[in-house]
Amino acid sequence: MTENADGEGRPVGRRVILGILGLGAVAVPVGARLQDATDGLLATVSSKDPTGLTGLLPGGGGFRFYSVADSIPHRSPADYRLTVNGLVDRPATYTLEQLKAMPRTRLVRDVQCVTGWRVPQTPFAGVRLSHLLETAGVKQGAKAVHFTCFDGVYTESLTLDQAGRPDMLVAYEMRDKPVTAAHGGPVRLYAAPMYFYKSAKWLSEITVTDRVIPGYWEPRGYDIDAWVGKSNGRDDDSTG
Amino acid sequence: MTQPAEPPELIRRFTAAERWIHRTTAALMGTALVTAAFLYLPALAELVGRRSLLVTVHEWAGVTMPVPLLAGLVSQAFRADLVRLNRFGPHDRGWIRATLRGRSHPSGKFNAGQKLYAAVISGAALVMIGTGLIMWFPRLTPLFLRTGATFVHDWLALLIGALVGGHIWMASRYPEARSGLRTGFVPRSWARRHHPLWERDQSADQQAVTASAPVRSSAESETDALS
Repeated sequence: MTENADGEGRPVGRRVILGILGLGAVAVPVGARLQDATDGLLATVSSKDPTGLTGLLPGGGGFRFYSVADSIPHRSPADYRLTVNGLVDRPATYTLEQLKAMPRTRLVRDVQCVTGWRVPQTPFAGVRLSHLLETAGVKQGAKAVHFTCFDGVYTESLTLDQAGRPDMLVAYEMRDKPVTAAHGGPVRLYAAPMYFYKSAKWLSEITVTDRVIPGYWEPRGYDIDAWVGKSNGRDDDSTG
Repeated sequence: MTQPAEPPELIRRFTAAERWIHRTTAALMGTALVTAAFLYLPALAELVGRRSLLVTVHEWAGVTMPVPLLAGLVSQAFRADLVRLNRFGPHDRGWIRATLRGRSHPSGKFNAGQKLYAAVISGAALVMIGTGLIMWFPRLTPLFLRTGATFVHDWLALLIGALVGGHIWMASRYPEARSGLRTGFVPRSWARRHHPLWERDQSADQQAVTASAPVRSSAESETDALS
C-alpha cells in the first residue's frame, strides 16, 4: 500500500470554511428576526430559571454593566453631595437627604441601550431635573446643562429644553430600591426618552452652561440628541 | 560520541515559524476572548470598567488575528501543513465514529478532528471579523444588518469560547503534543500511536540533521511528566 496519507483527498477544510462564511452571510441579514425568536424563547426560559444564568446569554434580558472608569466608585449615602452651579442665581450643594425631601417622581419605562439591549418596565424614582434647575434659578443666556460624575471620567449633557422635560430625573431609586453602586448610586441621572448612555451614573455635579458641551461618548461616535428610536441610526420603539 | 542509552527517538513535527504562528495567533485569540468576557459578563465588567480601552484592545486583537497566518505563508512547512489540514483522505473517514467509541483510528499528521477544528475556527474567526467590522463602523450599514451582526457575533462568541476551551482541554491531556508545539519535536513512539500514517514517512535522517534539539526537548518532556 503506497497511499500517501497527507496532502491528498478532498478539500473538506476549505468547504467547511466557505460553508461557515456562507452561513454567516445569511445569518446577518436575518439575524434581527432570529433575535426576536430567541428573545421570546429566552424570556420564557429565564422566567423559570432560578440560577439567573440565562440572563448572561445574548438577549437574556438583563442589564449589562458598562463603565468607562477603572473601578466602581463608591460613595456612601451620608457622604454623597450633588452640586448645582454654572449660570444660576443660587448655586447649591445637596445631601441625599435633602434630595429625598424634594418632590418625588416615579417613572416606569423601558430602558434602551444604544448597543441594542432593552430592559422592560424598570421603575426609577427621584427628583425632576427641572425642579433642581428652577430652585437654582437659571440665568439669561443659559442654553444647556452639563453633568459631571464622581467616577472622574464620565460626563453628559442636555439642552435646557431637554432638561426641562418631566421625564428627566435625578434618580436615587431604581427598581424601587436605592440605586446600587454598580448601577450608578447613590444618585444617577435618568433620561427616560433617551438612549441609556445619557443616564449618567454617579452624578455629582450639574452645571448650567451657555452651550452644549458634548459628553464622554459623543466625540466617540454617539449622537448628542439621543432620542430613543430617532438617533444613532436606530429605530427602537420610543421609551418617552 | 557520548550517546545516552536508548534516548527516546524524537522527530520534527513543527518548524520555528509554525510554532510562532501558533503562539501569536493564540495570544491574539486569548486577548480577544478575555476582553470579550470583561466587556460582556456583568460580574467581570464591574471588576475592571475601562470600557473604551477594552473595546479598542478587543477590536485590534480581532482584526489582526489572521496576520500571523498570512505572514506565515512564506514558510513552506506551514503551507504544506495547511494543505494537510485542508485535505481529508480516505483514512479520515470513520475517525469521528471510531474516536467517539474509544477505538483508535489511523491518522496522518493531523487527525480528522484537528482538521475540522482548524476549518471551523478559521471560518468562525472570519465571520467574527466581518460582523465585528460592521459594529466597529456602524455608520456604514443599515440598522437591521447591525442588529443581525450583533446577534451573530454574540452567539458565535459562545461557540468559539467552547471550541477554544475544548482545544485547550485536549492539549492538557497530551503533553507530547504540547511539547511538539513548544520544542518542535515529538517522540517517535507517540507519533506512531497517534499519527501512524505521518510517522512512517518521517525518516531517521531528519533526526540526525537536528541532533542538537532532542536533548533539550527530552528534558522538557520529563518536566511535563512530573507536572
